[in-house]
This record gives sequence, structure tokens and C-alpha cells, in this order.
Amino acid sequence: MHKRYLGSRILKALVFLSAGITLTILLLLIGYILIQGVPHLSASLFSLEFTTDNQSVIPALINTVIMTAVSLLVAVPVGIFSAIFLVEYSGKGNRFVDLVRMTTETLQGIPSIIYGLFGMLFLVYRLKLDYSILSGALTLAIMILPLIMRTTEEALKSVPDLYREGSFGLGAGKLRTVFRIVLPSAAPGILAGIILAIGRIVGETAALIYTAGTMAKVPSSLLGSGRTLAIHMYLLSTEALYLPQAYATAVVLLVLVIGINAFSNFIARKLTKGNI
Amino acid sequence: MKWSQTIESVMKYVFLVAAVFSIAAVILICFFLFASGIPAIREIGVVKFLFGTTWAPSNNKYGILPMIVGSLYITAGAILFGVPIGILTSVFMTFYCPKKIYRPLKSATELLAGIPSVVYGFFGMIVLVPAVYRFEKIMDISGKGNSIFTASLLLGIMILPSIIGVCESALRAVPQSYYEGSLGLGATKERTIFKVILPAASSGVLAGVVLGIGRAIGETMAVVMIAGNQPRIPTSIFKGVRTMTANIVIEMGYATDLHRESLIATGVVLFVFILLINASVAALKRKQGEHA
Repeated sequence: MHKRYLGSRILKALVFLSAGITLTILLLLIGYILIQGVPHLSASLFSLEFTTDNQSVIPALINTVIMTAVSLLVAVPVGIFSAIFLVEYSGKGNRFVDLVRMTTETLQGIPSIIYGLFGMLFLVYRLKLDYSILSGALTLAIMILPLIMRTTEEALKSVPDLYREGSFGLGAGKLRTVFRIVLPSAAPGILAGIILAIGRIVGETAALIYTAGTMAKVPSSLLGSGRTLAIHMYLLSTEALYLPQAYATAVVLLVLVIGINAFSNFIARKLTKGNI
Repeated sequence: MKWSQTIESVMKYVFLVAAVFSIAAVILICFFLFASGIPAIREIGVVKFLFGTTWAPSNNKYGILPMIVGSLYITAGAILFGVPIGILTSVFMTFYCPKKIYRPLKSATELLAGIPSVVYGFFGMIVLVPAVYRFEKIMDISGKGNSIFTASLLLGIMILPSIIGVCESALRAVPQSYYEGSLGLGATKERTIFKVILPAASSGVLAGVVLGIGRAIGETMAVVMIAGNQPRIPTSIFKGVRTMTANIVIEMGYATDLHRESLIATGVVLFVFILLINASVAALKRKQGEHA
């Protein structure tokens, strides 16, 4: 009898220990980078012009914003439209729907280096877009597509059928119902997904290094090469010369990602509160 | 009236075209990877490429066995570190977590998933590598801290959120009656969780583990930054190693001709691994669905 309780107690201790470890790792990681990195933040790190001396993050930051905007411009409409098709326009147990779902699941499991290879082969060489923001953004658009599709699908499904029936009852067509009733009600869920996708884009390296290239300046057009903040961070940390700048850049990147995550969480929570 | 009907049907096709997009993407990715990689494999020879132990492009030797082995070792190590902690954390979150802590802990795991791999890699470089180096010194093992062990540790951390997420939903999908029934028969809470709930959720939990395997084998930047990247079959876990992903990133920048194609072929091998892993996740999830 006592032995059994002892076993239970050990298991319980292990469970608590593991949860503790998970939380500690996160705090250690964030804490260490912030504490070590914040003292290295300097004005020259944020100067508008990049030089080999200052290793400014500003051009990379601007590139990241452009990259994010272009990828979203492609992925968001396609993702939302396909989710609309899956939820609003096709019945259950549809062969086509199953196929789309299978492919999005496949896309979701593909590691970013494979996307990078594909982007390089298809966009950079075959379509001759060269190492450019556009090549990078289109590669990322495919990468975040499944994320946007899935979150939109879930958001659309959570809109009660009552809304749709009410809208039809008032004489609205299907399209009007979708755009005027269903989409607005699902907006917070969709937005939370989009913000999550932004987080993915901001942190991405492997898919960009051979599609967007590593130029340290803001290119004059979308067809020019430019490094994002994450690539900048990678290049800095692999060169022993710029360790202080690498610390500081890690802080910028980490704060950015934590902020994006918190914002997504905030919106998602607003959604659940609003519905209940 | 007519006009609006036209728009209705036109838009339906617009939505359909959007939905076809992801199918097209998968087909394009498969086509371009295989079409660019397979000729190289054929030229080098399947056996020489997959089982050759020497990677020396300048001497025309393209054996990627060291990289395949490297990926497998690091993945196995990551599973060893990440899976127990991940599963037990998900048990905590499902059965033990006070309501007040749940939200912060859940956000913490989501944040862990959101941290970019370069930041993980940097953390590994400045914290884990020196720590492992010191450990090696104490234990009198030769090494520089860049090793299978270090990379496994870091990847174990990186796959935690995927494992926790999937396991938690699998545990929550087990009917409440199982839990109550076992408690009613006099089992302790722990015995109930580990002997009744976990076995009932096993395919879901396994799906989480396999998902973690997929993440670990596909991880690139963090591994490049800390694994040492020597293209040879390692003799101990404190030796540096190069993964398939690292091989692509490190050499693609300057590779030409057959060398370049052989790197793409490395990507093809990785892709095949990933497709197999994906298929098993899907199968396991379907199984879990049948049970619940």
C-alpha cells in the first residue's frame, strides 16, 4: 500500500519538475539575452545608414517590414478565400476538401530550408527573379499560407449558423452574407492568425538566405536583394567580430517577437471574451 | 438581379481557385525538388550517394551518409531530452495546473514556439556551448563544446512546444468517465493518469512525438550555429556533426554544377524523410480520432 503511494508521489514530483523546467528554460533564455544584450544597445546600432562599423539594424528592420507586407499581401487574400471556399462553399465529406486539407497539412510540416530550396530553384532561377525581396516574400507567402488558412477556417467555423440563416432570411445572397456577416464576426480570429504569421516571417532565416539574399542595405526595388533582421542576426553571430552587435540585435529580435506574440494573444482573448 | 447572380458564381470560382493554390504549391515544390535533385543522385549513383561515407566535393566524392546519420543522432537526442519533459509538462497542464497559472504557462509555451531559431541558436552559442565545453573539460573529454550533445539539448528545448501542444489536446480528448472510473476503483490520481489516461491518449501523444521528430530533423539555423558541422560519421556524442539541413545551408552559397545539384539532392532526401514523418502524423491523428 505504501509503496504504491510512494510511486505516485514520485510521478507527481516528476510532473511538477518538468513543468518547472519548461518555464525555467523560457525565463532563462529571455532573461539571459535581455540582461546580456541590453547594455550593448547603442545609438549607432539604430543609425539610418548601414556601415561595417555600426552594423545598424535599421535597414534590416525596414527590409523585414517590406518583406512582411509583401508576403501578407499574397498569402492573406489567398488564405482567407480558400478558407471561405472550404467552410462556406463545400459540403462535408467532400473529396476536394479532403485533398486541400491534406496538402495544407503537408505544407505545414515542410521545414523552412525546403521552402528556401524551392524558392531558389523556382523563383530565383526559373522565374529569374534573382536574389530579391520579391523572391523571399513569395517563398514566405507559401510557407505561411497553411497557417492563415487553418486559423481562418477555425474562425469561420466558430461563427454560429444562426448568423448565416438570419442573413439569408433577410434576403441577402451568399456572397453578401459571407462578406458582411460571417467575415466581420470571424475577424478577430483571422487577425490573430495573421499576427502569428507575421511572427513566423520576422523570425525566418533558412527560407530567406538563398531567396532574398544577404545585402545589408534597403534595396531600391522589390527586385533587389535585402537581408531581414533574422538573417542579419545570423550573419552577425557567425562572425566573431561583431559579438556585441549580435547581442543587441538578439534583444531587438526577441522583443519584437514577444510583442507580436503578446498582441496575437491579446486579440485571441478578446475574441473568446466577446463570444461568451 | 442577374448581375448579382453573375458575381455570386464568379466569386465562387475565385474562392475555388484560391483553394487550389495550396495543392498547386505542393505539386510545384515536389516537382522542382525532385526534378533538380534526382539527376544528381543518378549521376553520383544511388548507393554511393546515400551510403558513401566521404563528403569531399572538391575530390568529386558525394556521400551523404555522415549527414543522414548526423540528422538522425541529433533528432534522437532531441527526442530523448524533449519528449519526457514535454509529455510530463502537458500532464501538468491538463491535470495539475491551478487555473491561475494555466494562462501564463500556456502563453509561455506559445512564446517558446514563437522564438526564432536564430535566437535559439545564439542562446546555444553563448550559453550551451561554453557550458558543454566546461563539462567536457571536467570529464576530460576532448571537444570544443560544439557537439551532438549540445545540439540535442537545444533541439530538445525547441521541440517542447509542439509536443506539449499536441499532447495536451490528446489528453483532453480522453473522456472524463475514464478518469472518474479509475479513481472510483481506488487508483490514485497519478496511477489513473499514467495507467489509464495516457494509454488511452497514446496515438495522440505519439502524433505529438512524431511532430517533434519532424521539427527536429528539419531545423536548420540553430543546428548550424552549434553542432560543429564536420561532415564525418561521429564516434561519440561529444563530437561535432553535420546534419542534412546544415549541409545545404553551409555549402549552397558557393556550390556550382554537380556540387550544387548534390546539395539539392540532399534536400530531396530530407524531403522524403519529412513526407514519411508527415504521413505517420496524419495516420496517428486519424487513429486518435477513431478512439475519441
